[in-house]
Amino acid sequence: MSAVEDVIAARKAAGSGAFVGYLPVGFPDLATSIEAAVALVENGVDVLELGLPYSDPVMDGTVIQKATQAALAGGFRLAHGFEAVAAITARVSAPVLVMTYWNPVLQYGVDRFADDLVAAGGAGLITPDLVPDEAGPWLAASDRTGLDRVFLAAPSSTDARLAQAVATSRGFVYAVSTMGITGARSDVDSAARGLVARLRDVGATSTCVGVGISSAEQVREVLGYADGAIVGSALVTALADGGVGAVARTAGALAAGTRLTTS
Amino acid sequence: MTHLRDEQGPYFGEYGGRFVPESLIAALDELDAAYRAAKTDPAFQAELAQLHATYTGRPSIITEVPRFAEHAGGARIILKREDLNHTGSHKINNVLGQALLAKRLGKTRLIAETGAGQHGVATATAAALFGMECVVYMGEVDTERQALNVARMRLLGATVIPVKTGSRTLKDAINDALRDWVANVQTTHYLLGTVAGPHPFPVMVRDFHKIIGEEARQQVLDLTGRLPDAVTACVGGGSNAMGIFHAFLDDPGVALYGYEAAGEGHLTEKHAATLTRGRPGVLHGARSYLLQDDDGQTIESHSISAGLDYPGVGPEHAWLNDIGRATYLPVTDDEAMQALRLLSLTEGIIPAIESAHALAGTIKLGKELGPEAIVLVNLSGRGDKDMETAGKYFDILDAEVLAADDSAPL
Ligand SMILES: Cc1ncc(COP(=O)(O)O)c(C=O)c1O
Repeated sequence: MSAVEDVIAARKAAGSGAFVGYLPVGFPDLATSIEAAVALVENGVDVLELGLPYSDPVMDGTVIQKATQAALAGGFRLAHGFEAVAAITARVSAPVLVMTYWNPVLQYGVDRFADDLVAAGGAGLITPDLVPDEAGPWLAASDRTGLDRVFLAAPSSTDARLAQAVATSRGFVYAVSTMGITGARSDVDSAARGLVARLRDVGATSTCVGVGISSAEQVREVLGYADGAIVGSALVTALADGGVGAVARTAGALAAGTRLTTS
Repeated sequence: MTHLRDEQGPYFGEYGGRFVPESLIAALDELDAAYRAAKTDPAFQAELAQLHATYTGRPSIITEVPRFAEHAGGARIILKREDLNHTGSHKINNVLGQALLAKRLGKTRLIAETGAGQHGVATATAAALFGMECVVYMGEVDTERQALNVARMRLLGATVIPVKTGSRTLKDAINDALRDWVANVQTTHYLLGTVAGPHPFPVMVRDFHKIIGEEARQQVLDLTGRLPDAVTACVGGGSNAMGIFHAFLDDPGVALYGYEAAGEGHLTEKHAATLTRGRPGVLHGARSYLLQDDDGQTIESHSISAGLDYPGVGPEHAWLNDIGRATYLPVTDDEAMQALRLLSLTEGIIPAIESAHALAGTIKLGKELGPEAIVLVNLSGRGDKDMETAGKYFDILDAEVLAADDSAPL
């Protein structure tokens, strides 16, 4: 079983669910992005989702676009991604998944990428623009190395496609809460609840909901029906506006949503 | 016996596919099914044919250009006049087809990306014709160099959104259109304007444009009694080129040439010569050639022509390139601009800067092939939209006179 699945299962067994936190590598610079990721774990994040900046991030809203474009302008290279994973996993024990668009992996070489990710201590990949249908080389590389592979499931996906996402994913299935791209939203769609239920019906045991979650209340609400809640833009905004201290405080506040309340 | 013409995707050799967020797969499946049904539905085909006859202005004519040909080694040069279509370019062929499909799917909103603005204008036109809402994404750089087309789109009732991210050109306009589509896929059809993107777009857009080559093949036969020795076109994403190439794919005696924008030179940093200088990878939903660095980050392209200023290319071209059926060559900004002026001066036809790349390539090709050859050129669009760029390039805009005109009393 994967470390990611273990962590999520442990949080579930304790009566709650996992808090998955996203930050991009290299924003505002490499060293600070590493400090910020460590601070997330120290403030309640159970699983890290580390984004690799990419020139054409079609799944991302303006907050993450701005941060990743700044990272690229600041000289981000793929090698920094592996450096960051190694530096973070040396300091904290939370599993680190790398979120990356597909072309950088393809150009690096799928097997080489997998090997270097293992060497850096990474847990696996989240691939927003790679559906299982096109993932042959990655399925093989992740089977060979034991890396997790997180595919996305959308409210618009057919049951057959949900079953495929569940069967091919390892770590968790990423349930996209809404029809849209990343960015904070005041209400996380009721579509998310229905999607998670449909995923369970086709056998999902580890499902995290992402896109739009930005408050402790939303985290709590999502953990009422899912195994994990993924927060990205809210953390990136905090880091952009107030640095490592602010993102640590925001993570701490969001993590409150994973604790059981008596109210 | 299989024909090159029969390729239906989702792959052309190792190129093509669907590299998109899962949220879009249902919409692509729906579109694919609707398109396949429409292809064999006589009612759909009749409606489209009727529109082309009474609205687009099809068939477009061919024009032989002997005075221009004197500068191209004396070969017989024949232009396929897509510039004479309603809205001024080939783009309308695909737009009307997809807009009809969108209507069938019950979509009420059309979105599009545009570079030169020709595809945006055509989409805004179809939206006006069918009473649909229209939003066009256009790189901020392009809204400036193609301001006339921005005005046309607005007059047609479309909302034009200047895209300020990345290179602020066509590539980034496609990114924003994809993001819009992910969020609004229930009501919205993304009317992609070239033979790129995820399946079924490359094959569907090609099919809506293949009428160009089908008409031209017969027209050249009627005029000359034989097939041309070569067919040429400019290549941005590759839709006008696929449109004219397709009917000739299985004519082994007909050479196919695609001309890419080489900007300041394909060996400089400032070009858009994707097949000449790029390598295979994934961009905008498909595997094809693209301009990219070692990390797989897309490299910004450069061309004086907004419609060719794109670091990718359609997957069918990538395949035709690899199997050697078509040849793709770079043409610089200056070569294109000189060809634009030459056609204007010798034949009284002002081409789009995009199409001028095909003309410039054809001048070189004609000299190689000699006076016995017949070359068919896709004149994909007219140059009205480019008058400001051309005026500056040739220094023929009299700024003081223009300013005086602006302030003249009514
Ligand atoms: C007149 C004209 N020709 C060619 C193109 C390039 O597109 P494609 O390569 O898809 O034909 C454009 C695009 O804007 C155009 O306006």
